Amino acid sequence: MTTLLEMKHVSKKYGNGTVALSDVNFSVNEGEFVSVIGPSGAGKSTLLRCINKMIQATDGEVIFDSVNISGFKGRSLRKLRTKIGMIFQNYNLVERLSVIENVLHGRLGYKSMLSGSLGLFTNDEKQQAYHLLEMLGLKEQIYQRCDQLSGGQKQRVGIARALIQNPKLMLCDEPIASLDPSSAKTIMDHLKNISDSLKITVLINLHQVDIAMNYADRIIGVSKGQIVFNGAPSQLTSGDIKTIYGSDASNLMINIENHDRVKVAEK
Amino acid sequence: MSQTYFLTKRLRSLVVLGVIVLVCFGSSVLTQFNLSQGIAAIPKAIVWGFSNFYPTADSLAYLSDIWAKMQETLLVSIAAAVVAAIFAFIFAILGSRITKVSNFLAVLSRAFANLSRNIDVSVWSIVLLLTFGQTSLTGFFALFIASFGFLTRAFMETIDESGTDPVEALKSAGAGYVPTIFQAVVPSSISQIMSWILFMIETNIRAATLVGILTGSGIGYIFDLYYKRMDYHAASLVVVVIVISILLIEQLSNYVRRAML
Repeated sequence: MTTLLEMKHVSKKYGNGTVALSDVNFSVNEGEFVSVIGPSGAGKSTLLRCINKMIQATDGEVIFDSVNISGFKGRSLRKLRTKIGMIFQNYNLVERLSVIENVLHGRLGYKSMLSGSLGLFTNDEKQQAYHLLEMLGLKEQIYQRCDQLSGGQKQRVGIARALIQNPKLMLCDEPIASLDPSSAKTIMDHLKNISDSLKITVLINLHQVDIAMNYADRIIGVSKGQIVFNGAPSQLTSGDIKTIYGSDASNLMINIENHDRVKVAEK
Repeated sequence: MSQTYFLTKRLRSLVVLGVIVLVCFGSSVLTQFNLSQGIAAIPKAIVWGFSNFYPTADSLAYLSDIWAKMQETLLVSIAAAVVAAIFAFIFAILGSRITKVSNFLAVLSRAFANLSRNIDVSVWSIVLLLTFGQTSLTGFFALFIASFGFLTRAFMETIDESGTDPVEALKSAGAGYVPTIFQAVVPSSISQIMSWILFMIETNIRAATLVGILTGSGIGYIFDLYYKRMDYHAASLVVVVIVISILLIEQLSNYVRRAML
């Protein structure tokens, strides 16, 4: 297995002195489905954004696809970002535009300033957008305005927008935090499917430990800007949960023991 | 405990009310303004208005002159608002928290917009009169500068409100600065921006009367002319034309607003 992403001694300190990340080290293999868990404010979002450099790390190296991207700026940074898709908790769609227009935004990284500004997309790109929406079950909504969609549908548009970039890596920042359980499951199933069938590496921030354990190949636990757990879901113990969340698993309504049974039942 | 909470709140409202009354009373004493006399003068003004200030059949002869000036005023108002909107949009992009290029440029564009906004259109008219003389160009520039300042501020807030989320998404997809503006910021704020431009056109038409009086151009000039000749019938016809024009423009812009939503 080849390594797609490697974080070496990455730290982020904000101007006001807050330390969001301190000495973060981990690597992600190609095709892996990795979930990052941790309490609010632990630095999960900062961690994700240091990878596509939406937030500039203050220290350390990020190696993506065997290239050190720490110093990337301007054109090279834009080119790098086309290879990394991102989806968000609040979906981050342009609500007044139609579904397909939002999906095509994923192609803007490949466009010149003029054709990007004017929104000139090729027929191939439009076809691709159509197929992605069909795959995600949004064929009916293709010309609808995004402010008319439900949360789950919006997130699927977000996924289509990320996929049309032809990314190697998908960063998912709390993609199901604002969704009801059934929509959340749909989204998680789509993400798992993307990782399995399209071989896209997925790095996902989650609040729900049980969902992380059900879907992820590996779990990374973050607490106070540091990685305190890095291993397979089956290795996660109540003690680990306590170090990540600073509270007992039973207090958090997390039932680790049940997890294996659920998986067996699903099979 | 809750007793004192509500009591202090009520006391605070009472103090504020007392201060307002005191300020009103104090300033009317200082300016020797008498409220009862002021109110008593209203019926007299109404009587004068009804007996002198109405258009007659004779004054209708001026209608073509008035309409020509009104057209000029309307066009100048619209042109000033639209041209100002183009400049205001650029400055708003540079000044908005979401789309600013650098802090220095943001502060600079905000300061520039504030300067042109906080000086009233009448002051601009008089200042520009000295440079451009008694032409409609003076009126245009006065309206342009005031519109520019106001619209920059309004657009800036519209862009701020449209939110960072879509901008973040497009940036993370590798989109450049200009495409991000046109694909995310413009679509999210365009209907609000159009609404502000329509509002500005309406405001400009109202302000144009005053600007016209001060700069000697457009509908304000012709009103001033008739009024000073004590031709109140013709002057009142000017007022009627202005009111009808404003109502029509308002209807039109309400229609455009509805169509855009």
